[in-house]
Order: sequence, then C-alpha cells, then structure tokens
Amino acid sequence: MTEITTEKARIGAPSAQPFIDGFTEEGESLSPINAAGSKAPLAGAAAKSHSHGGGVGVPDSSRAGRLTSYSLADFKPLTGMEEDWRFTPLKRLRGLHSEVLSGTAPTVVVTGPEEITVESVGRDDRRIGTAGIPEDRVSANAWENFAGATVVTIPSEFEALTEVSVDIEGTSLDPAAQHLVIVAEKFSKAVVVLNHRGSAIVSENVEIIVEDGASLTVITLQEWNDDAVHASSQQAKIGRDAKLKHVMVSLGGDLVRVTPSARFTAPGGEAEMFGLYFADAGQHLEQRLFVDHAVANCKSNVLYKGALQGRNAHAVWVGDVLIRKEAEGTDTYEANRNLLLTDGARADSVPNLEIETGLIEGAGHASATGRMDDEHLFYLMARGIPEDVARRLVVRGFLNEIIQQIKVPSIEERLTEAVEHELALTDN
Amino acid sequence: MSTLEIKDLHVSIETEQGTKEILKGVSLTIRTGETHAIMGPNGSGKSTLASTIAGHPRYNVTSGSITLDGEDVLEMSVDERARAGVFLAMQYPVEVPGVSMTNFLRTAKTAIDGEAPKLRTWTKDVKAAMEQLRIDADFAQRNVNEGFSGGEKKRVEILQLELFKPKFAILDETDSGLDVDALKVVSEGVNRAHAEGKMGTLLITHYTRILRYIKPDFVHVFVDGQVVEEGGPELADRLEEEGYDRYAKGAGAAAAPAVAQA
Repeated sequence: MTEITTEKARIGAPSAQPFIDGFTEEGESLSPINAAGSKAPLAGAAAKSHSHGGGVGVPDSSRAGRLTSYSLADFKPLTGMEEDWRFTPLKRLRGLHSEVLSGTAPTVVVTGPEEITVESVGRDDRRIGTAGIPEDRVSANAWENFAGATVVTIPSEFEALTEVSVDIEGTSLDPAAQHLVIVAEKFSKAVVVLNHRGSAIVSENVEIIVEDGASLTVITLQEWNDDAVHASSQQAKIGRDAKLKHVMVSLGGDLVRVTPSARFTAPGGEAEMFGLYFADAGQHLEQRLFVDHAVANCKSNVLYKGALQGRNAHAVWVGDVLIRKEAEGTDTYEANRNLLLTDGARADSVPNLEIETGLIEGAGHASATGRMDDEHLFYLMARGIPEDVARRLVVRGFLNEIIQQIKVPSIEERLTEAVEHELALTDN
Repeated sequence: MSTLEIKDLHVSIETEQGTKEILKGVSLTIRTGETHAIMGPNGSGKSTLASTIAGHPRYNVTSGSITLDGEDVLEMSVDERARAGVFLAMQYPVEVPGVSMTNFLRTAKTAIDGEAPKLRTWTKDVKAAMEQLRIDADFAQRNVNEGFSGGEKKRVEILQLELFKPKFAILDETDSGLDVDALKVVSEGVNRAHAEGKMGTLLITHYTRILRYIKPDFVHVFVDGQVVEEGGPELADRLEEEGYDRYAKGAGAAAAPAVAQA
C-alpha cells in the first residue's frame, strides 16, 4: 500500500515557481490581458487603437482574444473556415466581404420628439469610434468605406414619450456601407427603432452609447425585401447604472447577419437582449451576440427565439458571454429556442459562456431546438380548437414572448401581423 | 339526454419493450345527469381510459368502441370530440407559453359553439366563473397555465368545464395534489356544472376523499385494465375502509367474482 503524502498529491509546479504560460495552479487558463488590469478594447484611452487579439497567452478560442481593428487590411480575406464565418454562405454575401463598398447607402430618415438631435456627419466626427470597433472583415469593410454617418442624440435627462423612428430604406443592390451612431446622454430615456426595409446589399455599423444612468431601448427590425443582403454590427457601450434593452427582429432578406454586442464600462449596468427570427425556405438568418462583462456588478439577460420553415431555411445563433476576472457580482443568463415547423430547415445554436471569476451572482445558458410539442397541440385541440388554428396559436405564443418585450403597441401589432403572414405561408 | 357508451375497449401503447396492453376490455355507459366514479390503484388504467376518450395520440385502440349518442367517437379527431361535447379535465395540464388565458378561452369557446361568444356577456361569464372558483382576475392576462401552481391549474380546468358546458366531463384525478380548501372549491365547480342537468360526469380518482364533496351514482373499481367490481356509492365507503388490497390478492378476478355489466 502506497502512502500518499501531501507532497506527492500535489500536481504541478510549486507556487514559488512560475507556472506554465497560460496556466495557474488550478490548471485554469486565465487570460493575462485581464490579469494585467486592462479591460475591453473600448474601455478608456484605447478607443482609437486597434488590437490583434488579446495578446500573448489568450487562447484563440476565448472571445477576449478576438481581433478588433478599424482597418480592413488587418483582417485576412475570408475563406469560410473562420470560427465566426463557418455557418455563413460567403457567396451569398454578394461582395460585402470582398468588394469596395461604394454603392449608394440606404436612405436614413429619422422622426421623433423634437428634443432629439439628428445630425449627418463626416467620418472625422469625434463620436465615431466611441462605442464600436470592427470585429470582423465585413464590419471593417464598412468602416473603411462609409461616406458619412447619422448621429441621433437623446439629450441628457430627456425622457422621450414617443419612439424615435430611424427608417433605413434600401434602393440599390450595389454593395454599400452604412454608419449610425445613437447616443443616449446621461439619465435620458428613449426607444429608438431601426426600420430596415427595401432592397439593399449593405454592411452596417451601429454604435450605441448609453451614458451613465440612461435607459435606452434599441429595436432593430429587418423587414427587407427577398433580395436584400445585410450585415449589421451593433455595438453598445453601457455606462454606470445605465440600461440597454436591445430587441432584434429578422423576418425579411436573403441573408441577414446581425452581430449585437453589449460592453459594460462601469458597474451597475444592465443589458437585456432579445431576438426573434422567422426563416423561410432558402433564407439565411444569422445572429451572433456578445456580452462583455468587463466590470463588476452588471446584469445581462439574453433570449432569442426563432421559427423555421421550408427547405434550406437556415438560422444561426451564437451567444458569447464573457465574464472577465474583474467582473465580480455578475448576473447573466442567455438562452436560445428554435421551433422547426417543417422538414428541411436547419438551426445552429451555440451558447458560449466564459467565466474567469467564481465571485458572481449567477451565470447560465440554455439552448433548445425542436419540433412543436405534441402535448401543447393536444391540450388546445382537446378544447375544440382545430389543428391548424392550434398550431398557429402555439407558434404565435412562442414568438409572442419576444414581441411582448417591445412595448410599442404599433410595432407589436405590425410584427404580430408579420408573424401571421409567415404562418399563412406554412399552411400553403 | 345523451349517452356515452364504451364497449369492450382494448387499448395499448408502444413502449421501448414493445406493445403493452393497458385496457383489457372495458365497458361503461354514462348518461346525462349521472356521475360515475372510477377508482383504482396506480397503474390500473384509469387515466388511460380518460386520455383514450379524449383521443390522445399515444393510445391505440385495438378493439372495442366508444360512441356518443350513436356517433363513433373513435373516428373523430381530438378537436372534433371536444366539439361533440367531450371535455377532459387533465391530470397534468400543460403550459402553453405566449398564449393568454383570455385569448385561449375565447378561441376555444368559439370553436366549440361554432360562433364567437357575445363579447359583453362572455367577459361577464368568465369573470363570474373565475370569482366562484377563487381565481385571481389577473390570471386572464397570464399565459395558459404558465407559472400556475398545481392547484391553480386544476381550478382553471374546472373553469373551462363551467364555461364550455360539455355533454360529458371526464375528470382525470382532478383531486390529486389539492389541499382541502382547493378540493372544496373545485368540487363546488363540478357540482354547479352538474346541477344544470345537462352533463354526465366521469370522475377518475385514486382517493375516496373527493367523493365526500361530489356524490357518485355509480362506482367502478379498476384493476389491471379491467372493471373488477361495480356498485353504488356504498362501494366507495367500503374502499375507504379496506383500500385496494383485497383486489390485489388473488390477482383481482378471484377476489371479485361477480363483475356486473353496466
């Protein structure tokens, strides 16, 4: 019988010695970028710089290690093998990743309370680059090529009673670049709706700045025509005690790829991110989101729901949540649910949760993809409701959970109708 | 006056171990105004009978018949059975996310009656029925069964029973999991619906407790997929004292030699 001493039981180098690079005594791989006290690329003076990843020792698989840059040249041409492009049919990007985006950008018309400021600004405006930095080649291509930007500002302490509508109407199928900046100043409160309509091939960068104590809801609706191709990077920077609610709805378009992100820059922030998508035959609807818990005591909640029907309807959902070492007291949950209504549809769902500190309130993730629950149908039909009506009720109910989050009655009604329209297609 | 007639019903389910017969020849006749209690130990097939009458796809009828006033119920789809007047209060009502109770109740009532209920009287009826069952008014805005406690779900089943006014109500262990107060409220609801004189009731239960509040005219004892004994309310009293043990001994049939046909 071997006597096990404490000395023998100890695995790895004694603590006085340096560890193997990237490993700690516990064997975890903590990123040195965090240990060094630096935060997200956007926090502090680093705003205009670029990074080629997280630095030495940050594993490629970590979201902290993602390349970010304002310069297109820093991103290699896409092959489709990249982790963040592996689900996207590059051919159908119609040049957004490879061509100069010199086409006519969709027109932007902003309506809302008169207190809101709307400006058309040039590339050198000081607000550009304060909340966003491209994280992929298509976004960087738009950054390289956009001619001018629209800046919408909700003045400090102003509480908008009606929503701000940003109507983005595509009129050309030449690949184009678009740039929007939304600033919710201190203690303001507003709902901003981005209505994407028409036909366009466009890569769009949306920067969202939620200043201290502000409460901003951004609703981005993709109701494009069938021929549209749209990539939209929507990056939000959330200040102290500020709150962002981001609601994404993708219904139309041939290929729509929305990549929303929320970065906390001071404690007390809160982010709610909701999504709804309804993919029909041949449609590719992709959503990849990122919540960066870079500071302590912030909360995030993510729920994306999708319905798919028809041959080669394809939905992709990737949710990255990163809780950095300094983000103690974090409370986060993310979930994705997909309902497959017919054969031939495909949903890819990847929830990623990286936790670099154990001192958190909670962290969870969930994903489920399946067919309609027979027990739901049985219950409704056992009450006399015919099968087709019951099916519609279940799908409508499934997606309603997201629509109910919008809380702008006119939009809720319109989306309910849009969902009804999609469901009418199922029956045919 | 309506009649729900079940004749020599054999029902099986598919399991991983193959086909399993659960009901082995059940015959039962229920008429308007009658209350039948079906009692029996766990696994005796009571709930299978309830689900089969309602048309749950899991259960295969291999032989026998179910008719409602001569119409073949087994030929009907689930929703057709409900519209013909069969109501199943479920043992485990499912949650239907995103569908509000208000919307659900109105949609179902419209389907059952073949026309939309008059909005003013309907709203009033729903409100009154909810009050009598002590269901909070805010339940109307909530999603079907979502986040309801076990007792709340059962009350909402009886709410539907009172609103839809079926010809035959099948209560599948509606009493299980209820405390005494909830049991009383639920029983009162069933008795109200019954008192209108247009409904027959099939009450499925494991316990005799609910029979203190809902008085059965007939009691049928189920063991191993068959009716092993039948009688009047006095049979329930005897079961309360003796339990099901005497049926289990001698494989049921021996202990109950006289199986009366209904």
